[in-house]
Amino acid sequence: MKENRIHVSLFVVTTLLTIAVVGLLLNIIQRKQEARDRFAHVVPIADLETDPEVWGHNFPDQYDGWKRTAEAYGATEFGGGAHRDKLALNPRLKELYAGYPFSLEYRERRGHARALEDVIGTKRMGDQKPGTCMSCKSSDNVRLWNEIGPEKFFLTPMRELQHQVSHSVSCLNCHDPKTMDLRPANPAFLAAMKNRNIDLAKATRQEMRTYVCAQCHVEYYFETPDRPILHFPWENGLRVEEMERHYDAIGFADWEHPVSGAKMIKAQHPDYELWSTGIHARAGVACADCHMPFRRVGAQKISDHWVRSPLVNVAHACQTCHRQTEEEMKERVVAIQRRTRELMDRSEVAIIAATRAIAQAKEAGAPESALEEARALHRRAQFRWDFVSSENSMGFHSPQEAARLLGEAIDFARQAEITVLQARPGR
Amino acid sequence: MKQWNAISLGVLVGLGSFTFVYAKGYSYLLNDPRTCVNCHVMRDQYDAWQSSSHHTVAVCNDCHTPHALVPKYWVKATNGMRHSAYFTLGNFHEPIRITESNRRVAEHSCVYCHERLVRSIQGHDGSLRCVSCHPRVGHQD
Repeated sequence: MKENRIHVSLFVVTTLLTIAVVGLLLNIIQRKQEARDRFAHVVPIADLETDPEVWGHNFPDQYDGWKRTAEAYGATEFGGGAHRDKLALNPRLKELYAGYPFSLEYRERRGHARALEDVIGTKRMGDQKPGTCMSCKSSDNVRLWNEIGPEKFFLTPMRELQHQVSHSVSCLNCHDPKTMDLRPANPAFLAAMKNRNIDLAKATRQEMRTYVCAQCHVEYYFETPDRPILHFPWENGLRVEEMERHYDAIGFADWEHPVSGAKMIKAQHPDYELWSTGIHARAGVACADCHMPFRRVGAQKISDHWVRSPLVNVAHACQTCHRQTEEEMKERVVAIQRRTRELMDRSEVAIIAATRAIAQAKEAGAPESALEEARALHRRAQFRWDFVSSENSMGFHSPQEAARLLGEAIDFARQAEITVLQARPGR
Repeated sequence: MKQWNAISLGVLVGLGSFTFVYAKGYSYLLNDPRTCVNCHVMRDQYDAWQSSSHHTVAVCNDCHTPHALVPKYWVKATNGMRHSAYFTLGNFHEPIRITESNRRVAEHSCVYCHERLVRSIQGHDGSLRCVSCHPRVGHQD
């Protein structure tokens, strides 16, 4: 009897061990399978295939990543994926953007898969938007630029164009469908690079990992309100004063500030330009290195097409190069961002003070020459502040440049204030 | 019952041996650096080592295992257990990071070969390591 019990338990033990070994064997087979090339060319992709789902048959992992850009993945301290209402968070913005559509609605941007619905839905310009507004929002643009040409695209009202598009910005905006090579498609970017004498045909893959982003995440302007052709102001260079020189030379203004009467320039989202002055740019680090870091899927390395804030993905975004802990990397970034935010607060207070001082001086009968001088300073100050404010990294893309610009913004704003204070009659 | 036990033991030994050979288990006892890319997680490090300054004079084991026999196989065994558990379950930090004890092994290996050169500058209490200044000599990734 006792001997029998030993035999039974031995049998049970060997059986369990056998099960474990089979489990391990299957796992090893699976891991070996992963190591093989997983790329499967399932469907042909047409030259102007605008539907990301079709591309997704061949590239399911990249497509899944792109789809996730629709997710509200949560806020970081100064950005992230939360679609926050910036006007509610910072009431000063309404005064700074007074007289301009951004004082009506200004929200945190969302991901690539939401771009099209967001541009259609925004209250800014209502149904008066030109086609130009859609330039970076849909993959169907690439087809339309081909079919009707860029100029007609820009000059057609968006309410007419939007019936001809159905996909948000996606595969075709950055990739050649035949080779999957990176290639920007936005005609304004292509023209601007040609102007800078940069031959995109000679660009390396690493440069392209920045350029495809730089076709949209940049400072831009419309030629005139009646002729809203899209341009990038890069003729003299990418730095603020170089772009400002371009705007001054063509007598450009986005709007007139109703309080100060200054001719203003609205900065868009000069992420690429600010990055280009920073240490990461100098080290050859591309946008995609941090915003689309390599991710392991089985044995394959793919760039993560869930483009988002690196702060929610520090391990892949930072630690590939930086050996420090995740906590330390995060602290470094947040320290830079908090300092930038403090300088931005000071800039905003200074610019609003200047705006009000100009209005009061006008009321008090200050000479027009002094008012004009102060308005020009207001324009300069606000363009610099806005450059950092509208840029999406809270200074991180180039901390020293951001601080330099905000320092200048504060100085120009206070100079404007002093100019009108000194010019008030009775002094 | 005895016969059943004999059969089940046979199945276990048979499957176990097959798995061992299929997974190239024997290779872990040897010195070939290709063993370290049996699992693809180490691919970046292997590729980078091939283009590093040390690839002609040192393979993985020369730096990452001790040189005495017993410690060498102890380090192989403990790392082997940990790596296979992580690789099977997939719950590890990426990009992968060296552990503190393995870092010490590697540091000793630097000195093992370069001792004549560095003997007089080994004053640091562990706060500065060879790789603090020479992070790329073995493999950049």
